[in-house]
Amino acid sequence: MPGKLKVKIVAGRHLPVMDRASDLTDAFVEVKFGNTTFKTDVYLKSLNPQWNSEWFKFEVDDEDLQDEPLQITVLDHDTYSANDAIGKVYIDIDPLLYSEAATVISGWFPIYDTIHGIRGEINVVVKVDLFNDLNRFRQSSCGVKFFCTTSIPKCYRAVIIHGFVEELVVNEDPEYQWIDRIRTPRASNEARQRLISLMSGELQRKIGLKVLEMRGNAVVGYLQCFDLEGESGLVVRAIGTACTLDKLSSPAAFLPACNSPSKEMKEIPFNEDPNPNTHSSGPSTPLKNQTYSFSPSKSYSRQSSSSDTDLSLTPKTGMGSGSAGKEGGPFKALLRQQTQSALEQREFPFFTLTAFPPGFLVHVGGVVSARSVKLLDRIHNPDEPETRDAWWAEIRQEIKSHAKALGCHAVVGYSESTSICEEVCILSASGTAAVLNPRFLQDGTVEGCLEQRLEENLPAGCGFCHIPYDELNMPFPAHLTYCYNCRKQKVPDVLFTTIDLPIDATVIGKGCLIQARLCRLKKKAQAEANATAISNLLPFMEYEVHTQLMNKLKLKGMNALFGLRIQITVGENMLMGLASATGVYLAALPTPGGIQIAGKTPNDGSYEQHISHMQKKINDTIAKNKELYEINPPEVSEEIIGSPIPEPRQRSRLLRSQSESSDEVTELDLSHGKKDAFVLEIDDTDAMEDVHSLLTDVPPPSGFYSCNTEIMPGINNWTSEIQMFTSVRVIRLSSLNLTNQALNKNFNDLCENLLKSLYFKLRSMIPCCLCHVNFTVSLPEDELIQVTVTAVAITFDKNQALQTTKTHVEKSLQRASTDNEELLQFPLELCSDSLPSHPFPPAKEHLESASSNSGIPAAQRAVTVEKASPMGEGNFRNRSAPPCANSTVGVVKMTPLSFIPGAKITKYLGIINMFFIRETTSLREEGGVSGFLHAFIAEVFAMVRAHVAALGGNAVVSYIMKQCVFMENPNKNQAQCLINVSGDAVVFVRESELEVVSTQQPTANCQPSCTGGEVTT
Amino acid sequence: MTSELDIFVGNTTLIDEDVYRLWLDGYSVSDAVALRVRSGILEQTGATAAVLQSDTMDHYRTFHMLERLLHAPPKLLHQLIFQIPPSRQALLIERYYAFDEAFVREVLGKKLSKGTKKDLDDISTKTGITLKSCRRQFDNFKRVFKVVEEMRGSLVDNIQQHFLLSDRLARDYAAIVFFANNRFETGKKKLQYLSFGDFAFCAELMIQNWTLGAVDSQVDDMDVDLDKEFLQDLKELKMLVADKDLLDLHKSLVCTALRGKLGVFSEMEANFKNLSRGLVNVAAKLTHNKDVRDLFVDLVEKFVEPCRSDHWPLNDVRLFLNQYSASVHSLDGFRHQALWDRYMGTLRGCLLRLYHD
Repeated sequence: MPGKLKVKIVAGRHLPVMDRASDLTDAFVEVKFGNTTFKTDVYLKSLNPQWNSEWFKFEVDDEDLQDEPLQITVLDHDTYSANDAIGKVYIDIDPLLYSEAATVISGWFPIYDTIHGIRGEINVVVKVDLFNDLNRFRQSSCGVKFFCTTSIPKCYRAVIIHGFVEELVVNEDPEYQWIDRIRTPRASNEARQRLISLMSGELQRKIGLKVLEMRGNAVVGYLQCFDLEGESGLVVRAIGTACTLDKLSSPAAFLPACNSPSKEMKEIPFNEDPNPNTHSSGPSTPLKNQTYSFSPSKSYSRQSSSSDTDLSLTPKTGMGSGSAGKEGGPFKALLRQQTQSALEQREFPFFTLTAFPPGFLVHVGGVVSARSVKLLDRIHNPDEPETRDAWWAEIRQEIKSHAKALGCHAVVGYSESTSICEEVCILSASGTAAVLNPRFLQDGTVEGCLEQRLEENLPAGCGFCHIPYDELNMPFPAHLTYCYNCRKQKVPDVLFTTIDLPIDATVIGKGCLIQARLCRLKKKAQAEANATAISNLLPFMEYEVHTQLMNKLKLKGMNALFGLRIQITVGENMLMGLASATGVYLAALPTPGGIQIAGKTPNDGSYEQHISHMQKKINDTIAKNKELYEINPPEVSEEIIGSPIPEPRQRSRLLRSQSESSDEVTELDLSHGKKDAFVLEIDDTDAMEDVHSLLTDVPPPSGFYSCNTEIMPGINNWTSEIQMFTSVRVIRLSSLNLTNQALNKNFNDLCENLLKSLYFKLRSMIPCCLCHVNFTVSLPEDELIQVTVTAVAITFDKNQALQTTKTHVEKSLQRASTDNEELLQFPLELCSDSLPSHPFPPAKEHLESASSNSGIPAAQRAVTVEKASPMGEGNFRNRSAPPCANSTVGVVKMTPLSFIPGAKITKYLGIINMFFIRETTSLREEGGVSGFLHAFIAEVFAMVRAHVAALGGNAVVSYIMKQCVFMENPNKNQAQCLINVSGDAVVFVRESELEVVSTQQPTANCQPSCTGGEVTT
Repeated sequence: MTSELDIFVGNTTLIDEDVYRLWLDGYSVSDAVALRVRSGILEQTGATAAVLQSDTMDHYRTFHMLERLLHAPPKLLHQLIFQIPPSRQALLIERYYAFDEAFVREVLGKKLSKGTKKDLDDISTKTGITLKSCRRQFDNFKRVFKVVEEMRGSLVDNIQQHFLLSDRLARDYAAIVFFANNRFETGKKKLQYLSFGDFAFCAELMIQNWTLGAVDSQVDDMDVDLDKEFLQDLKELKMLVADKDLLDLHKSLVCTALRGKLGVFSEMEANFKNLSRGLVNVAAKLTHNKDVRDLFVDLVEKFVEPCRSDHWPLNDVRLFLNQYSASVHSLDGFRHQALWDRYMGTLRGCLLRLYHD
């Protein structure tokens, strides 16, 4: 079924001089789509031609519309010889294919040449007329929306989250075709760019078809990568999460939250015993938010009230209400059963999301990962995808079984990656094993979703941490304790996850970026022997990376990692491991023990002394870090119990927090068992090095924070000043006597220096937080290590923070009386434990959680949470904010985050997925490797911005540089670089009155919730 | 371990004003790093020298890439490669086109040619400004000159439009272009006491009154070239000194009016004929290009120096020049009143500005 693509070439500017004699250019344009080509007239002798062409019309299948890019070539007319190409523009017209995105692409595009870079700009207008297609057997999937964002996009709500979609396509790499020997580098690069563009289109279309089959309408957390396998081909593969999304129509969406009764449930049985308690209260929570039917932020308040009414209002959706609110064993079992059935049909119950609708995530089991080493030259039929499909299926199967071992039926925060060196390829997959609430996974909940009050009586802020596996039959040895938050359920001592910190997690203090870095030398070998060597090394690397992470986490005085990403890179003669994560202190988990150093030769006096010196240093560091990151859990709890009105700062922190968590597992037993304190045995110089390296990580200078997750716990008052950046470093190792230690030191220094440089460069933004810090390592050659970092620096406002806190204090003052009343109505069992006069610790803990969680009506909590993420729905109300009247030439913001601080995303315009190759044969003239790459990355940013602006957008969110492959040959004065970036083009509106809103809103919202509370009691 | 490659690219291009200044001043990366270290930045930020080196390199690379665009500032505004807030763009341009007083005094009025460019070495040594910075400034002068040289319309407006400079800086450039085009001699020893500001002031007056643009705003080169016809006509003024009666009458008119008002009356009276001859002869000579070039030398020699040697206070000079110009209107035998006003109005302004130590 056809569509009509219409293209108009308006003008060009800043064209290069193509005719030396006249210093001018006779430019014309070829517009190509599929096999059809149109040409404009030649505009003689101008560097700023005005073609003002007619509309070129292409009548094409929508299948082609999805696969093919529009190709615009600018040429210089030459009467006597062949016309010279000035450069090209590829335009992905996919955003025009679904109704809610862009309607027209119009703007100035940089004209790009793979040898010369950007050479002027061209103004183009593109439109598509799509005819409605009712053909059920169609090959196209127009209309399926794609999002790179790994959470539900801000102006949508998730009706159903269907699950994992993946696809992989293979082609011969043009660079390795025989014809490449005779064609120019430019032709070869363009063939590659075009091929990848085509393959991406095809891949996206195929994934879209799968989504339609699942009856979804969108893919969220779409991650597309390409593998340059060399001789065996070029693979483009993608994974994502199929969803059914509903567009939120208006600010009214927020209103339900206000009305949402704060009748939150309280868990009577909680103080009894962790085990099966069936007297759970029913469904309590109102759905306080526009998007999802229930929210985890409902705290238990003690009004054990009106669950019945709530229930009656709730259409039974078959599965939901029955199981409502059972906590503990039976509930878990039931839940698991249901979810399992929901997930069973699915081959892989994986989700690429890292942040979830409230209530979606029930428990987190831990990190699961799998790797496998493959030989590319053993692929039987390299042109077909079967072999690779089988490889990935195998790995996913492994992940699935790991998750099962953890008592989990699903994997969230799932991602896949490869590392290729010559014919060896390491495939990696990792994610976080989890137990999910079935409600979002089912069809038929569409209606119910809105009104359904779910039962979710999982304690807000700590439910995620509770172990999903059977305590008596643990998959690995772990040290379990009762949850420090609810005291009901068991939690592990340390949790590792690949997901973002849930917004409602209870966190104490601030978080920080934690990295483990590791190099291992490997003998150069061929084929099978090489693969075996690598396979043998992998478990050791994983173990060491894990140990390092654990040590560093303890050194920071923290107990959980979020956003964990372990990258293992293979090179000719070494393996590199780089793990990045954000460490936090989860209130629900026990305080981490210290690090104990033990020497092996206790009789040597000076040695003893040395050891004790080290020990002191470590202890000092831990103490310093606790102060730095404001981690002071026990004291806090005491204070809170002592006085009904907690200290403002602590209060706000508690409000904001809450977390999900997990502990971690891979195939190896990496957990460190029952030791209370972590013991490092210094038995050789290696271990000594390790301890030293622990202490060499310097904390960021004051005023700086860093994390690799979306938001930083403890900071909620972002300003709109953001700076996204990419930094690349390559070091050459001296090839002489390379040892593991020397390598480790080099690598460690490289990363640390890079961070130091970033802090220095961004010093004008203090106080500031580097968010979503994303490191990637590659080994382009024998002695080269390349590290690429992309992150965003966001300034926050210290003063504003104080204000917000103040309003919280007022709030809590207002509420103090209510709190007390509520206290009296506590069911007896709980009361006895929780009366403030009872001094013993468990009670205190409990009360603390009670007061911090339940004292505040749900709606209000929601507001607080929203403030933590500046894009919170709270801001929806602020419609009056005028759209940013930006007079300057189309500023386009870019950020790896899913939101823009201080602004509201009003529209998603479509996915940006671009691939560029740049090559030079005059490396020195272009400023050497640094000059070359600096210019290229700047050009890539420019092209992304231009495309977004042409779609009518003013920002890219969830921006990611997925690949930056750099190769140089200084002797030949040559270099080549391939870059692949993606993100979501959006329109945002600045919240210019953000401050006013944030101070007023709580009041506004407080009213209804308080009323709700009264009604129920 | 050596760093092969080290870059930082922001979505918004980071501009460090201090580093920009060092770059504009022509310091090499290592000199710039040394200067930054001396500024105490390491202590303030706790950074290391290596970090500073890498940072400086990055900025230098960025500036180097921006330089091409700075050569045609409107391009900087429309280009897509570097996202720079407008205020920063203005700063980049303004600083790039700013020049050193010491440098401009050396090249003011010189032909902006390759020959002059070769002399930049000497200028650099003499002024202590790095050769690189001298080259940038020279190239800026030359670039602006080339672009506006043959353009129609107001010189200042043209410069502002094509180089997006502030009003102040555009006026300075207009003076530079005007001087370069007319090749006024400014380097003579006796002119050394004059600042660029003095010359720029004169240039502005001359552009306003003595160029083609002063009479007709629709001609090419209007603000750059002096009005040839006007210069020709200036010969007519010669009768003011050639006609003895006229000269005497002129003198007596001036002396009558100023008697008792000048502290240096007797000196003025004694010198009147010399001064008047000097001023009128300067006018009459302006038909020859060579003499046009020497305008300032002549003015200083024929007027400024004699007055200065007699210690005329500035106010007396003003009173004298006013009266000297005005009295001509009362000379019945003199018909070129308009011409005289056009000449003397400007000259009076210039002389007053030039008259200082």
